[in-house]
Amino acid sequence: MAGQAPVIQLKNVSKTFGEVRSLSGVDLEIYPGEIVGLLGDNGAGKSTLVKIIMGFHKPDEGGEIWFKGEKITEWSVEKARDLGIETIYQERALCELQPIWRNMFMGREIKNKYGKLDVAKMKSEASRLMSEHMGFTSTAVHPDNSVLTMSGGEKQGVAITRALYFDAELVILDEPTVGLSLSETKKTLDFIQSIKKSGRSAIFIDHNIFHIYPAVDRMVVLDRGKVVGNYKKSEITIDELIESMYRVARTGSIKE
Amino acid sequence: MAKSEEVKAKDNAARPPSFWRRFGMQFGIWGVGIGIWLIFVFTASEAFTSKDIYLAFASSTPIFALMAIPLTLIVITGEIDLSFPSVMALATASFTKIYSGTGNIWLGLAMALFVGTMCGYFNGWLVTYFAIPSLVITIGTGFLFRGIELAWMNGSGVGLTDKELASVANVLVGRSFFGIANQFWWTVLATIVLWFTLNRTKFGAHVFLTGDNKISAQLMGVNVNKVKRRTFAIMGFFAALAGLVASFEVSYFWPTLGDGLLMNSIASVFLGGTSVFGGIGTVTGTFVGAFIIGAINAGIVASGINAFYTQVFFGLVIIISVIMQAVISKRIKR
Ligand SMILES: Nc1ncnc2c1ncn2[C@@H]1O[C@H](COP(=O)(O)OP(=O)(O)OP(=O)(O)O)[C@@H](O)[C@H]1O
Ligand SMILES: [Mg+2]
Repeated sequence: MAGQAPVIQLKNVSKTFGEVRSLSGVDLEIYPGEIVGLLGDNGAGKSTLVKIIMGFHKPDEGGEIWFKGEKITEWSVEKARDLGIETIYQERALCELQPIWRNMFMGREIKNKYGKLDVAKMKSEASRLMSEHMGFTSTAVHPDNSVLTMSGGEKQGVAITRALYFDAELVILDEPTVGLSLSETKKTLDFIQSIKKSGRSAIFIDHNIFHIYPAVDRMVVLDRGKVVGNYKKSEITIDELIESMYRVARTGSIKE
Repeated sequence: MAKSEEVKAKDNAARPPSFWRRFGMQFGIWGVGIGIWLIFVFTASEAFTSKDIYLAFASSTPIFALMAIPLTLIVITGEIDLSFPSVMALATASFTKIYSGTGNIWLGLAMALFVGTMCGYFNGWLVTYFAIPSLVITIGTGFLFRGIELAWMNGSGVGLTDKELASVANVLVGRSFFGIANQFWWTVLATIVLWFTLNRTKFGAHVFLTGDNKISAQLMGVNVNKVKRRTFAIMGFFAALAGLVASFEVSYFWPTLGDGLLMNSIASVFLGGTSVFGGIGTVTGTFVGAFIIGAINAGIVASGINAFYTQVFFGLVIIISVIMQAVISKRIKR
């Protein structure tokens, strides 16, 4: 992995919302083919970090974002997605009054060379994905159905399937398994493995260490907006990790 | 292929939304339209069985329908525009000034459409840049545009009877095909163009997303502010067109042009099934809604009902259609 430029690299990224400082001086790099687990207490700043990578939030003055060895000056969600970064947001980012197919392709609608939307294709792709990848069996998953009446897990399925469709180079999953059944959780974890197998990268956020540990290559621990730990899986056992997470929560420091 | 899909659908039991859920609103609108029409056919059968009244509709309704149709897009994004009657007047005033100043009709027309578009864009800019509710800021710009126009025209109107204007007038408001006013065909064209824009372009897709959930749309890379600015600009363009149509229809530019059209246009949008909450709406619904409003206008007079009741009727139509939307959206949410 050394020698290759990171897919995404944050240098000294801070983020303040008015009086609240959510991130301070975060350095983070994600290498090609690497799955990184992001751990941290509620409010540690994980989701904020994700939104900075996606260009939804702008980092405070002095913070830099690098994509494949190049410093990014004009960053936006549209650009991040064009470059191959997809995110399953914690809040799912769905437009619930709209049909499934519009949600599936929101922001990246399929169009022909004259700019006309290919609605038929979006519908058929949406329906194929929903049944092939998520294996949904409910009556609610027809592509013309609105998301509003779907169950919580099904809504999440739409958000997950959406990220899967675009073959992103970097997939960010912000607590994707919350509220999912055992079998859907397993599918999601399998999805992360398939990302790894195809040599792409992922950032995986989950409060369940037993989900994170087996899935990832490296773990980054965030506490009150700062990176306080960074472990290769070979360097730490799951018990040691749990121990140090407790220590962070108690003392705010990862070291003894 | 079709067969295997059928089988698959059965396996997954993935059913499309029920017919009523998908088209219920559209049927509701058509139902209201036909119902009102029947009432008039019975209460004012003489007028409503002759074709004159329909020809009258076709010439008068387009003036506000041309603005109700683009207004639909703004309402879908969750905003509103109350300034378009003033934009109509200011844009048409620009036409009369440029035309009388230079004698160039085309420059005048282009200027009118440009001024209209810019006024709309200005609205959109204020709404998005300062994050001000459009309901409030467009009251302000409405007064502003009207004030500029009245000051510029010094409060007086302009006749549009020059021979040189005849050909433009003929294209805009002449009569063709069984004596139907051209503005009706312009309205049909506007409906088709904006239907395409809304349903078959990326911009249109983003109009729905913006009004449905702004944050979600932004998280997925939709530039919601740009979308809103564009819908306001489109509104301004059509307000200018409607202003030209209305003025050429009567061969006179009244400085008060636009007065009384605000409610007609807004009522058409809501009656047409566009959601007051944003995220849902159709331009075809608005088109039908506009002609229902037009029929109410004409029908009340023709049935010999005191014209003051028109407002009562409008009020009821708006209130009932908005209540219907609230009830339907509650039903869907269960
Ligand atoms: N848009 C915002 N405006 C103001 N404060 C914000 C905003 N977004 C996040 N914050 C604050 O930033 C801090 C970090 O929030 P964030 O959502 O990143 O935490 P998190 O690590 O994802 O937590 P969780 O595990 O609960 O999802 C919180 O204190 C939150 O209140
Ligand atoms: Mg979070």
